[in-house]
Amino acid sequence: MTPAPRLLEIENLQVHFSTDDGMVRAVDGVSIGVDAGETVCVVGESGCGKTVTAMTVLKLIAMPPGRIAGGRILWQGRDLVPLPPEGMRAIRSKEIGYIFQEPMTSLNPVYTVGEQIAETLRHHEGLSRRAALERAAEMLRLVHIPNPHKRIHDYPHQFSGGMRQRVVIAMALACNPKLVIADEPTTALDVTIQAQILDLLNEMKERLGMAVLLITHAMGVVAETAQRVVVMYAGKVVEEAPVRSLFAAPRHPYTQGLIRSIPRLDLAATEHKRLEAIPGTVPSLLNPPPGCRFAARCRHATPECTAAEPPLREVAPGHKAACIHAESLAA
Amino acid sequence: MTSYLIRRLLLMIPSILGISVVLFTVLAMAPGDPFEELATNPAVPPEVRANLRASLGLDDPIHIRYVNWLFAMLKGDWGFSFVSRIPVDDLILQRLPVTIAVIGASQVLALLVALPVGIYAATRPYSIFDQIANTLAFVGFSLPTFFTGLLLILLFSIHLDWFPFVYRTQLDSTGWQWWWDQFRQSIMPVTVLGLFQGAALVRFVRSAVLDVIRLDHVTTARAKGIPERAVITRHVVRNAMIPVVTLVALQMPIIFGGAIVTEQIFRVPGIGSLLISAVLSNDTPVIMAVTFVFACLVILFNLIADLLYGWLDPRISYR
Repeated sequence: MTPAPRLLEIENLQVHFSTDDGMVRAVDGVSIGVDAGETVCVVGESGCGKTVTAMTVLKLIAMPPGRIAGGRILWQGRDLVPLPPEGMRAIRSKEIGYIFQEPMTSLNPVYTVGEQIAETLRHHEGLSRRAALERAAEMLRLVHIPNPHKRIHDYPHQFSGGMRQRVVIAMALACNPKLVIADEPTTALDVTIQAQILDLLNEMKERLGMAVLLITHAMGVVAETAQRVVVMYAGKVVEEAPVRSLFAAPRHPYTQGLIRSIPRLDLAATEHKRLEAIPGTVPSLLNPPPGCRFAARCRHATPECTAAEPPLREVAPGHKAACIHAESLAA
Repeated sequence: MTSYLIRRLLLMIPSILGISVVLFTVLAMAPGDPFEELATNPAVPPEVRANLRASLGLDDPIHIRYVNWLFAMLKGDWGFSFVSRIPVDDLILQRLPVTIAVIGASQVLALLVALPVGIYAATRPYSIFDQIANTLAFVGFSLPTFFTGLLLILLFSIHLDWFPFVYRTQLDSTGWQWWWDQFRQSIMPVTVLGLFQGAALVRFVRSAVLDVIRLDHVTTARAKGIPERAVITRHVVRNAMIPVVTLVALQMPIIFGGAIVTEQIFRVPGIGSLLISAVLSNDTPVIMAVTFVFACLVILFNLIADLLYGWLDPRISYR
């Protein structure tokens, strides 16, 4: 008997963008799996390919200049890569919801939020205008927006940033998808609002039983929400582990750097310790350096690191890392 | 909304008064005498001319003349044409329908061409279609209407003899034949004016759509899984129409101005040709009235543009 297919299985995905300067390999052989009801976090700094990976799942990247150069995106066992546009549309929102980063710009300013939520419902569920608006109001109540029946008639500019992100979440969840991809849903918000939105996401996940693929660059967000973590660097996965194991024993120097760069209020106040940053910047994806892409910024780098690309390998049960020194770094 | 409208309408009064002062002063200072011809006519003695000037108030100081003109206008008395002795308002009302018909039809034609072409080009930027449309639009608004107009007359009226090249208000035919003749004689002026406007509009529509199509909310719409057609019409075109509608409304008075040239070429007896012939014969009351009507149209369409803008964009509120 073959095991039941995972909810989402990204296999060796390659996404290339053609630019004036040449081919950019934004996503270079990324594999991520998500099981039903699970929260998986994808972490990495800006430009590491995490947003492109997420948008490629729903084929929302502009093609051209983007191109899926290789790999498979298995949705419940079915490959989405060769799927025609109509097939993709049946999956968008209905089966996989998407929450965008910028609540200020991701809603259309000329329609009321009710109309925008209802649009999804009318299309996928075939509801009438009235029924869809009624459901939209229910969704707003679900995401804790006060006076939902009144607020569905308001325009996006009449909402604050946090409230708009609630609307975006309501929109993504309207058709009760099995998976929600949240692309840095809290980055554009104030810290206090960030916590509220994360709580809301966790609450929605409990209530509706969906899986979440959360893209973020904040390690704090990871610790608070994820069951499993995927760390990406320069278009590649460098470490993948259950959240406990990742924070307890990070194996890749990049992950260690990320964890060390989390600001700690207690230390900042008592020991006046400077925040530890990872030196340097993400290498150009036009001509990535040979071998390990992090080597140039790595304090543990040895000549062997730049000789060959380190494969992503299991270093402990359920814990994978792409570093040849992973064992000695376990400390 | 109502109080906004009332306030805007009240604000129009000082603008209109200001414009009329400037127009009146400039016309009063302009060289040329409507009674020039009488001066060269030996049958008219100089005293008669002087009496005529005095009776028309032409020798009064300029501010007295302005006040007289203003109060006459307020009473609905637009004065008489010096040349034809016909009341000016009658003259304008006679000519206005033709101009409005020609301009209206050409504007409809411009929109019918520019909207689909501009939108389609913007959804496929730098495609063959886009490049051809861009080139044609560039050629279209580079060629002045007096050139394309003459070209069309030469081709379709003189060589092919399909359409008449003089526009007549009094057609002999009746019934369906009248409509057909009307259509035949309007087709060239409407095409010339419409395509000229449309060419400029295509580029504007294209860039407005391109500005919107890159925005985040369009990706949101795609992520909803609605068909691409709905994404384009509901989430791109609807938003891109905000600047386009405003521009079209603001341009309406300018089109009246541009129509003057086209009307001259095709001999369309509209308000433009009335103005030109009035200028040529120093017919001050008519010049004053026609330019004043144009000025009022500018103010009116500015108000319409503002109202439309607020109506299309919920972020704008009337306060």
